[in-house]
Formats: sequence, C-alpha cells, structure tokens
Amino acid sequence: MTSTRRRARGRLPVVLVLPAVVGLAFLLVPLVGLLVRAPWDTLPEQLFSSSVGEALRLSLVCASLATVVCLVLGVPLAWLLARGDVPGRGVLRALVTVPLVLPPVVGGVALLFVLGRRGLVGQYLDAWFGISLPFTTAGVVLAEAFVAMPFLVISVEGALRAADPRYEEAAATLGASRWLAFRRVTLPSILPGVVAGTVLCWARALGEFGATITFAGNFPGETTTMPLAVYLALETDPDAAIVLSVVLLLVSVGVLAALRDRWISGPS
Amino acid sequence: MTLQADLRVARGGFRLGAELAVQPGEVVALLGPNGAGKTTALRALAGLLPLTGGHIRLGGRTWDAPPDVLVPAERRPIGVVFQDYLLFAHLSALENVAFGLRARGAGRATARAEAARWLDRVGLAAHAKAKPRTLSGGQAQRVALARALATSPELLLLDEPLAALDAATRLHVRAELGHHLRDYPGHTLLVTHDPLDAMVLADRLVVLEHGEVVQEGTPTEVARRPRTSYVADLVGLNLYRGTAHGTTVSLDDGGTLTIATPASGPVHVVFPPTAVSLHPEHPTGSPRNAWRVTVAGIERHAHTTRVRLDGVPPVLADITTATVADLRLQPGDELWAAVKATETHVYPS
Repeated sequence: MTSTRRRARGRLPVVLVLPAVVGLAFLLVPLVGLLVRAPWDTLPEQLFSSSVGEALRLSLVCASLATVVCLVLGVPLAWLLARGDVPGRGVLRALVTVPLVLPPVVGGVALLFVLGRRGLVGQYLDAWFGISLPFTTAGVVLAEAFVAMPFLVISVEGALRAADPRYEEAAATLGASRWLAFRRVTLPSILPGVVAGTVLCWARALGEFGATITFAGNFPGETTTMPLAVYLALETDPDAAIVLSVVLLLVSVGVLAALRDRWISGPS
Repeated sequence: MTLQADLRVARGGFRLGAELAVQPGEVVALLGPNGAGKTTALRALAGLLPLTGGHIRLGGRTWDAPPDVLVPAERRPIGVVFQDYLLFAHLSALENVAFGLRARGAGRATARAEAARWLDRVGLAAHAKAKPRTLSGGQAQRVALARALATSPELLLLDEPLAALDAATRLHVRAELGHHLRDYPGHTLLVTHDPLDAMVLADRLVVLEHGEVVQEGTPTEVARRPRTSYVADLVGLNLYRGTAHGTTVSLDDGGTLTIATPASGPVHVVFPPTAVSLHPEHPTGSPRNAWRVTVAGIERHAHTTRVRLDGVPPVLADITTATVADLRLQPGDELWAAVKATETHVYPS
C-alpha cells in the first residue's frame, strides 16, 4: 500500500519548487564536486607538506588576529552606533557597512594608498616609526580586519539594539558607571550576538582574497594565506589547489557546525 | 534630612510640575492615572531623566538643579524597584543583590555576605543560586527589593512594585512589602495607580493628574475628602462640587442637594453609593434629596450591584440584589434616586 501524505493546502506550486531545487543544487553541487575530485589517498601527505601547512597556519593566525582587532575596535563601535547619542548616526551606520559591499580589491587599493609607504598615513608611520605595513603579515591582518569588521559591527549592533536599555538604567541606579554596566550587564546579555558576529568575522577573514593580495601581496610564509595559495596552486598543481580548498571548506563548515548549536540558534 | 523636590519636566507636549517633600522613614505614594507623570517623576528622582526646571535636594546636597547641577544616577544614594524588576538574567539572585554593593566599591566577599543577609531577610536564602527566570513573580519582586535596599540607599523608589503580580500573590507580597518599608529608615516614594497599594503601604498620598499635584494628605483624609472625580472614583464615593447657601448646595454641573449642616461658599459634597436608594415613584417621607435618573449601566459585584445613573446630577448607587430583582432594573429605565441629607459629607473646596 502506498501511503500518500494528505495535504491540507494542496500541492506545493511548481513555480516555487523548481527554482528552489535548482538553487539548492547550484549551491551544493560545486562543493560536492570538490569533495569528489579531492585526491583522498594523497591528502594527508599533501596536508602536511610544508607549503600547505604553512599557508594554513598563516591563515589561521592572521584570521584570528584580524578577529581580535575587529573585536577590540568593532564592539565599542557597535555600542556607539546603538547607544551613543552621536549626530548623524544613520550616516555613520551606512559608512560602516561600505566595506561589506565594496569589492575587496578596491578595499586593498584604498588601504595601499592610505597605509602604503607614500600613503596619507603610511608616510608618517614610515618616517616616524619606521613601520611599513604593505606586503607584511601585519598587512594581511589589516586587510582582513578591514573587510571583516562590518560583519561583527552589524551583528553586535543588532544585538545591542534588541537588548533592553532599561537594564543599563537599573545598573546605574545601583551605582554602576556606564562602563561597568556595559561590561557586567550589557555584554553578557548580548554575548550570543557577539559570538555570532565573531564567527562570521573570522570566517570572512579566513576567506579574504582581494584586499589581501592587493595590500599584502603574495610572499609564501609571510603573506600567502590559504585563498592566495589556492589561486596560485591552480596554475601549477591543481591537486594541491583542491586539497587546500577542501581544507578551507572543512574548517568553515566545522566552525559553523560547532558553534551553531550553542550560540547561533536560528529560528527552527 | 528631608527630600525636597520641585520636579519640573517639559518634554514634547507633556509638562510635569510637582512639588514633593518626603521625611526620613516616611512612605509617600504618588498616585495617579496612567499618563499623569508618575513615572516621569520617579525617573527624575532616580537621575535617569534630567529636570528642565526646579530642583531635587536631599539634606544639604543638591542632586539636580538645572542648569548647573546634575548628579548622575550612579552617584545618587538611591535604590529602585522597577515595575518588571529588571533583574539581570545572567546573574544569580545573590549576584543580583550583590551587584550594587560591588558597583559601590565593596569587596567580593563582603558584598556576597551582605547580599546573603538581605536574601535571608526577604526569605529567599534558599534561592541564592537561582537564576531570575526560575523565580516566581513574588520571589523576583523580593529579590528586586533586596537588591534595591542592599546598598542602604537614602531614597527608595518603587515603580508599581506589585503591578506584575497576580491577585493572590499580590495580597501576600503587599503585606510583606509593608513590613520591609516600615523597617526602612530612609525616604520612600512609591509610584502606583492602585489605590489599595497606596492606602495600605503609604503614610501620605500625593495624587498626580495631568502632571500636577491635585491632592495630598494621609490615606484617611484623601479617602474621606476627595478633591477630584478621579480620587472620588478611586475611593468609591459620589463627589460633587458646588456653592452652598445654608443647607442647599447648587452644584456646578447642575442640580441641587440638601445637606444636613449649614455651610456657605464653594464646597465639595460626597456620599457613598450605599447611601443612595432607588424608587420607581417619587419617594415621600423624611427630608431627603430625590431626583429623576435613568439607568446607564449595571455592574454586579460580590454582594451588591452598582448602578450607574444619568441625571442631574449623575450618581452611582450600590443596591442589594433583592432590590435589583424588585425593580427589574434594565438600562434605560427611569427611576427616582434618593439620598438622606444626613448621609452627605460636606467640606470647603
């Protein structure tokens, strides 16, 4: 006996289902293809080869440092946008999101012209402190932070605006300064938003390509992160490119899966 | 050390202008309908809303006196119990109570010991480790009270402290709150729209309407001699304003009433709804007020029925269920209302 599920509201319309299935395939097939093509037998060997390992380590370190920079600067910025009584808040908020839609290459060019050795700020950094940022590991961190910070700011600001400001008032009536209230009351209550923003930010930094290659160049061991290594390897050693891609894919999915249950509880 | 406040706040179309004085150990209830400015007054006293005029002084110190002085909330010796308590969800009951002590510079161990003592005083020692969301409404209210009192504030502000509780819990928590307020040596201001809370908990009532103080006095005074129809409604009395000539009062809104004791000039006349009797025909007999009325509404209470009557003047009557049956009352019925002169209470307005 074939059991047919009875539908109270008729069949799902084909005009919606068909594009939905195509869309799903469009998103998933390339990833599956990557896994199928991966040289699984030589994978461990490839993985621990010096060039892949180096790129992976550099990527993880730079993305993590960039995330720290974003947290230190981005959380206070989000607070200012959500709570601060600053004029032109709407304009500020729009400006903060510009790197979100800006092609990363443009971001890299902009960074180069500001922080480059002859740049607006860079010339003084060079002249006064002897610091030169482009084409260094620090440059990679900066480029990644530039591109990834809006993700954190938007996520944290959203959480802050959803949080009830009266709890901060309650803290104030108990004698807490605004800083103490933020630290002990507001921050714990928006922690899920901060963690979600941090994960997004870290993932974005890990995958950063355009701004990094423009601002930091491509020096193995110093600025060649995973995405850059994938791009380079594609020309010379496609197998290595696939291995690197699989690694990036697994790291991203792994992070998402690990944090999803605990922190990023979407509407179920 | 008296709390002296002349609260003036102008915000948008709303203006608050209220003078308050609270003695140490005194509980003053700020009573008024929604939108009267009660919460605005409380926020100004707490330092969460700056005054636009007037002043707030406690003892020799000025807390707010625009445009020169404004002490922020965190530097005022206050404790606030908010309407929905605003307990910090990520902290335990004990940590909530200890928060104010820590913020005011107490060491961790001292603060926790003192907080534990306060939780014990409100009967929640067993719930010290509980998170606020696991507490019942009554327990959360007690934690909020302990948190507000733990820092030994000079001014305790309570914003509708019983409004979030169900009727059964409310009775119990009200009695308990009264007990703690009597023990508290500082100044207490209680904001409420519930006359029962105000009457039971407060030493003195200040009635606020449209941002202005319309009446103040002890609960007994206010209940006996209401000055506005809002207060009369709250305490369940018929109130009329008029001009007395001997034993006759011409009411401002039409109609006349005969009173027992001669008076002259502008007066208030009050009598309880139970003093009103209803008759199908013009009543005869002893000197009494009688006038034609139309039934506008009938509400059944536990043992009586309250009848709202239109007429000159309109009046509320409480009658027994038997009378309702006798008269077969329906909205729109025409009747005679009667009130004995000796049942009226008259005082100068």
